[in-house]
Amino acid sequence: MSEARPHRRLGRGAAPFLLGLPSWLYLAAFFVVPLVAMLSMSLATGNPLTGYVFSWHFAEFGHAIGRYQDQLVRSFWYGALSTFITLVITYPVAYWIAFYGGRHKASLLFLILLPFFVSFVIRTLAWQFILSDQGLVLGTLKSAGLLPRSFYVLSTSTAVIGGLVYNSVAYYVLPLYVALEKVDRRVVQAAGDLYASPASAFWRVVLPLSAPGIFAGFLLVFVTNVGDFVNAAVLGGPGTNMVGNVIQYNFFNSQDYPMAAALSSILMFLLIVAIYLYARVFGAETIQDYAA
Amino acid sequence: MSAPATLGEGIRSGKGLARRILVIYTACFMVYTLLPIAVMIAFSFNNSPSGRVSLKWLGFTTRWYSHAFAIEDLTGALLHSLEVAFASMIVSVVLATPLAIALARYRFRGKSASDIVIFADIAAPAVVVGASLLSLFLTLNLPRGLLTILIAHVAFGVAFAVVVIRARVSVLDRSLDRAAADLGATPWVAFWTVTFPLILPGIVGAGLLAFALSIDDLIITSFVAGQTLTFPLWVYGAVKTGIPPQVFVLSTLIFLGGAIIALINSIVAHRNGG
Amino acid sequence: MSDEKKTNSGYRLDDPAIVRGLTQSRFTRRNVLGAGAMGMAAMALPRFARAASPAPLSGQWADWWKKQKPTKELVFANWPYYIDVTDKGDHPSLDAFTKKTGIKVKYLEVIQDNASFYAKIAPVLKAGQSIGNDIIVITNGWLLTEILMQDFAVPLWQEKVPNFFKNASPSVINPAYDPGNKHTMTWQSGITGIAYNPKLTGREITSFDDLWDPKFAGHVGMMSDLYELGSAAMLKLGIEPTKSTPDDWKKAAAALKEQKDKGIVRQYYDQSYITALENGDTWISQAWSGDVFQAHAKGFKDLKFIVPEQGGMIWHDNMLIPKGAANPLSALEWMNYYYTPEAAGTIEDYVNYICPVPSAQAYIKDVIKDAAVADSPLVFPSQEMLSKVHDFYVFKSYDDNKAWTDTFGPIVQG
Repeated sequence: MSEARPHRRLGRGAAPFLLGLPSWLYLAAFFVVPLVAMLSMSLATGNPLTGYVFSWHFAEFGHAIGRYQDQLVRSFWYGALSTFITLVITYPVAYWIAFYGGRHKASLLFLILLPFFVSFVIRTLAWQFILSDQGLVLGTLKSAGLLPRSFYVLSTSTAVIGGLVYNSVAYYVLPLYVALEKVDRRVVQAAGDLYASPASAFWRVVLPLSAPGIFAGFLLVFVTNVGDFVNAAVLGGPGTNMVGNVIQYNFFNSQDYPMAAALSSILMFLLIVAIYLYARVFGAETIQDYAA
Repeated sequence: MSAPATLGEGIRSGKGLARRILVIYTACFMVYTLLPIAVMIAFSFNNSPSGRVSLKWLGFTTRWYSHAFAIEDLTGALLHSLEVAFASMIVSVVLATPLAIALARYRFRGKSASDIVIFADIAAPAVVVGASLLSLFLTLNLPRGLLTILIAHVAFGVAFAVVVIRARVSVLDRSLDRAAADLGATPWVAFWTVTFPLILPGIVGAGLLAFALSIDDLIITSFVAGQTLTFPLWVYGAVKTGIPPQVFVLSTLIFLGGAIIALINSIVAHRNGG
Repeated sequence: MSDEKKTNSGYRLDDPAIVRGLTQSRFTRRNVLGAGAMGMAAMALPRFARAASPAPLSGQWADWWKKQKPTKELVFANWPYYIDVTDKGDHPSLDAFTKKTGIKVKYLEVIQDNASFYAKIAPVLKAGQSIGNDIIVITNGWLLTEILMQDFAVPLWQEKVPNFFKNASPSVINPAYDPGNKHTMTWQSGITGIAYNPKLTGREITSFDDLWDPKFAGHVGMMSDLYELGSAAMLKLGIEPTKSTPDDWKKAAAALKEQKDKGIVRQYYDQSYITALENGDTWISQAWSGDVFQAHAKGFKDLKFIVPEQGGMIWHDNMLIPKGAANPLSALEWMNYYYTPEAAGTIEDYVNYICPVPSAQAYIKDVIKDAAVADSPLVFPSQEMLSKVHDFYVFKSYDDNKAWTDTFGPIVQG
């Protein structure tokens, strides 16, 4: 920035390029180039002993979908559901802070961010503790006779989705808060004065005005959750593996790099399609301006 | 920002109940988000033998606090995490700010390509980013360690930072900038005296996000770390054999550090805003 | 000590049946000899006598070793919780080694499971670069075989490790996965059997069939390690793993799928199975011997470990020197030091797996005075237990291994 700015005098046309150059070079070298390497890996054949050789071998994509369609579908389902639940439970909180937080807004937001001073891995582990069969919640209910002895939550899809939700709340509260904070209170008030009940004022005015936050948060949380494998690994069970788990498996267990690369490419592709459709439906501007 | 808040109040008397429910709901929400933390803090005082955390409550002890840094590897891993996160924060912001300004203020050829790359970077599953970077580092004969972790973290940090800063820049009133220019300021002076202070909150937010993403990253780091362990990597590895109480102790200390910052922040905000 | 740690298919060149027979008599002999056994190697069967003395170096590696200069450093990469440690984080055995030799040890707990560690080092070693470690610890199995096949390990200068030949248990001398101990020396061994909590199961457990009992639905722990998982199912079906065929694998996979589809399996666990047992999430689980003992030390006295009537599986974790090691002579010095009753005893008293140095039992009993460990049938296993252990299936090629992982992989990955 500091160096590029003076060059604006040389010509406006050059300015954006000079400004963008450092980032572009960086992302080209450490994001695009590696991705190309990854794509070419998905077309390779061989095994870990002989090594893998590039060979335009597209069949791996078919194998990947055939073998792992359950996990792919499950990832998107878990991702969408957990993101939606996160939206529903965080919206009232963001709303309350933005509208009624008053001078405590900053502190309240900080309170919500506070858990994020503890590592993601440890927070997920703590849930494993809490939800354990003989743990704080289930153990107490069981000894009170309210639950059968063999009841459990861990290792189920409920636990995985619950973990995904918990780990996403702060990522959703923030964009929602930012959007709600921008909503002009006079507009809301006017709606009330004119015709609307508080409920219809909310549905017709506040909610649409906070849409950018909803969309931005949805994108951020959805993408993170679809690609996650830690929640499924720590809180999940025999039928809850997500695509992240099988990608990891193919990299670190069977060392089937082309399979892992093909799965990764498929996941990337599906997400890009999803985001593209999302942008078409809700408008690219909202994403570009408000994502994260 | 807090000015319109008062206007929203007292719309209707019927709103009182809804507001009370909201307050209770928000309180419950806070309990929910903090519950795992409370469990972690409680169990950092658990007197478990043989140096591993256990679910059973076996008595109160502060023993693990007096040996908080006893596990050298763990302490080292934590330091690695902090170093990388700090560096990643700085580098990401320095790289991202000019691009964010360019994207927000100029129309130019390649803009949409730039957008696509940034979105792809954010949308890329971490496993893909990690594995692809590793193959690159191997090809380059770059030994894995803190530097490669940093490179990887900046590779995603910069994209998030661009988005955050750009959002801030794009809502700025450009007339201020032009006014400065009209008054004879060079672009250089106009930037530092007008634009920069206005986008600073965005930059700080982007930096904090880059820091948070870096310090918590597990998946990408696991690919590019070589023998260097970060805090999450160490913990994730130790989960399998039972984590030592020091993990909870160090996390508790970091958490309390954060809480204190929050408190100071709130006091400062009070003074300024009050 | 995680999911892949016990990835155990030996690299057998011999007829597995012969090896099995010999394994049993070796263990029997050890137990008869008991703690005071010295010169056990000399008493081992003739077939092992060949390996019971150091083999001289030959060829290019002789020149390589002769060129090495002694250093005062050692970088030792091991698994977490696999060495003695104090509350302060010191490792008394390493400190004693430093005091004796002047070699400073950088001890790293970086190996969380065989597969992921191997996935990290393999590309580096393939590129001919150093991974920065002088000793790494890998379980016998396909990955170790791969390492040896690709010449990633430096052949040991055995004359520098006389204690191994003096003190090592015959069970770790000349193993089939590394004939003549050319590249490896065992760090610890262990048995895979069943652990359970009688209070939760409500009855004693005797058989692998119990892992399929619908009464325990939702509370049975199975291992995510495909070699452990498949072997357990085969033992349940009465199939000897070392003699199994791909058809047998399919039968075993069908039994496992049925177990999963009926909702009996709680989860396919890596090393974390022990936490699930301790917490009561699982009532019965596939388990490794040392963990149950360590769980006792943690206060979970209810847990029991058994070798089922069909038998258990045995595995070995091995030290080796990766190519590119900067301090190979220090590595040999450490291996030689480890194979003394003092060092092995000190470490064993903490880690509680199966000790490769039989004379450490007396040291633990008489010097450390920890009868609980010295007399534990899990650390120094009883004759009955060892007579029941099975070796893992030996993969003949990469494709053979892939056939196994393709058979059992989908069960765990569902």
